[in-house]
Amino acid sequence: MQITLNGERYELDEPITVAGLLARLEIDPRRVAVEHNLTIIKRHAYPEVVIGDGDTLEIVNFVGGG
Amino acid sequence: MIDTPFVIAGRTFTSRLIVGTGKYSSYAVMAQAHEASGAEMVTVAVRRVNISDRSKESLLDYIDTKRMFILPNTAGCYTADEAIRTARLAREAGLSNWIKLEVIGDERTLFPDNEALIEATKVLVKEGFVVLPYTNDDPIACRKLEDAGAAAVMPLGAPIGSGLGIQNINNLRIIREFARVPLIVDAGVGTASDAALAMELGADGVLMNTAIAGAEKPVAMAQAMKHAVIAGRLAYLAGRIPKRMYANASSPVEGMVGR
Repeated sequence: MQITLNGERYELDEPITVAGLLARLEIDPRRVAVEHNLTIIKRHAYPEVVIGDGDTLEIVNFVGGG
Repeated sequence: MIDTPFVIAGRTFTSRLIVGTGKYSSYAVMAQAHEASGAEMVTVAVRRVNISDRSKESLLDYIDTKRMFILPNTAGCYTADEAIRTARLAREAGLSNWIKLEVIGDERTLFPDNEALIEATKVLVKEGFVVLPYTNDDPIACRKLEDAGAAAVMPLGAPIGSGLGIQNINNLRIIREFARVPLIVDAGVGTASDAALAMELGADGVLMNTAIAGAEKPVAMAQAMKHAVIAGRLAYLAGRIPKRMYANASSPVEGMVGR
């Protein structure tokens, strides 16, 4: 299956939870925000929300800015 | 002299200088500059996580979040919707409901789109955000933002990153008279005297990034800015003398030897 992750195509073998994907990408969940199909996912819901084929995901964090 | 505290939306800051986290040569230099500036609030941007390269250091490792309050921005957003979406993500990623709201209207000038800015302010205030909008040095726009529920108004001194200094002194004076929320001059500062001038005009605070990060010696400039903001504030409170065309001797004119 395929998802759109931060604007790029990303391959997954099977549906995965947001928490699972963050772990796989080695991203600390405490420092990011996740938008799943245009809906912001609360941090406590990461283990429950499942990402399926064709879904769009945005994972953002803080970077230097003015 | 005892100053009134610098309070935004019920939160008190000791320093009236707010600094950015962008454009530094390294995070280590940034951390030193932050320390030297004495600032208690830093701005950050919200961007996609780099998925392919996870080796990069995290900005937050170099910010002492116990001492520094983090103010995320919506820099780079060109519509109200984009800015609102970014603000919501920032709230989720961060530790607060504060947002430095930017809705840019033009790529070359980075001037704000006031109409979209006011619209986004209204929406975010309703959602419980503490909105600090970056705006034009326009007293009417500032008044509308205040009416829309902005927690402060942040007019530019000059275009972002230009280092031109305060371009419209008179407008800032008028905004000072109008504003019932904190007035923070945001953008355009090039050197310490610009920051001092903003404070002398009665600004409650100054926000800057490039002036420090882009200086040859950012840590020294951060220190200069710290002093400039303090000096400008004191000068404002002290009440400057009126300007006059001709001289007015400081020493007595009577008692001159041999006259």
